[in-house]
Amino acid sequence: MTAFEIAGRSFRSRLVIGTGGFRSLDSMRDAVLASGADMATVALRRVDPAARGSILELLDDCGCFILPNTAGCFTARDAVTTARLAREALETDWVKLEVIGDDKTLLPDASELLEAAEELVSDGFTVLPYTTDDPVLARRLEDVGCAAVMPLGSPIGSGMGIANPYNLRLIVESARVPVILDAGIGTASDAALAMEAGCDAVLLASAVSRAEDPRAMAEAMRKAVEAGYGARKAGRIPRRLYAQASSPEEGVAELSESGSP
Amino acid sequence: MVTVTLNGTEHALPDGATVADAVRAVGAPEDGRGVAAAVDGEVVPRGEWALRVLTADERVEVLQAVQGG
Repeated sequence: MTAFEIAGRSFRSRLVIGTGGFRSLDSMRDAVLASGADMATVALRRVDPAARGSILELLDDCGCFILPNTAGCFTARDAVTTARLAREALETDWVKLEVIGDDKTLLPDASELLEAAEELVSDGFTVLPYTTDDPVLARRLEDVGCAAVMPLGSPIGSGMGIANPYNLRLIVESARVPVILDAGIGTASDAALAMEAGCDAVLLASAVSRAEDPRAMAEAMRKAVEAGYGARKAGRIPRRLYAQASSPEEGVAELSESGSP
Repeated sequence: MVTVTLNGTEHALPDGATVADAVRAVGAPEDGRGVAAAVDGEVVPRGEWALRVLTADERVEVLQAVQGG
């Protein structure tokens, strides 16, 4: 699988792992290593003095580039502040920009998202926005200078896969920046479909972290992303309504008188 | 003493306490990687933690990287 680039930085793996939802740091380490991912997301939360172990050291050991998110923000203002806090905390100007508009579906708030993206880009951030599967919004995000667009397949943690393949296809077709399918992946075939649809990468968390066996699912996801990418590059056959024989039609033996039952 | 809201709860800190004191008070490593602080919604860069004196009723948030996303 060939590497892909975002804002001039090269990544070996086209699977980006979200670190939310793992039952323990050990389970997370096993899964991250099995996934082969070299970029992983983290969130920012109030310091918990009882928390043990450093997620940052663990991700460093796994060779992962750390991408902070703005999860939990409902306004452009909070998201921008959170991104600036992440820049302070992690010494990175990269951010996975999330601005949520509804606490039941966790769907992005389009206008707040666009406003935050524009402000962060002008403040020097490399912005990777978590967005809806709206092709027009994806283009607007690209126009304000986002380094990638990350449309959802379906709501975060829903495991419903790609709800609107048509929209995803339109986004992929017109994007001039990498497209990373973010959210909604439930199982390996969803990840493969995203890659077959032409996405540059897949970002997932719950599908692995909440699987019965996160390490095994991480490995399955790695293979699915590789397989989907390979199939896309290989060029699939067109869908047809009727069969097209794969064995030669000439030279078939006549074994009964009529040739039919 | 000066009373501030520190990560959502009221905290009394000595007069003249700085953001660095607040960071210590919540149990975060003062020079720790992955920690950031804001006062009344404004980011205070790490280099200014020891200089930024807190005044009464300010809201201090001390955050760190955790699993997420």
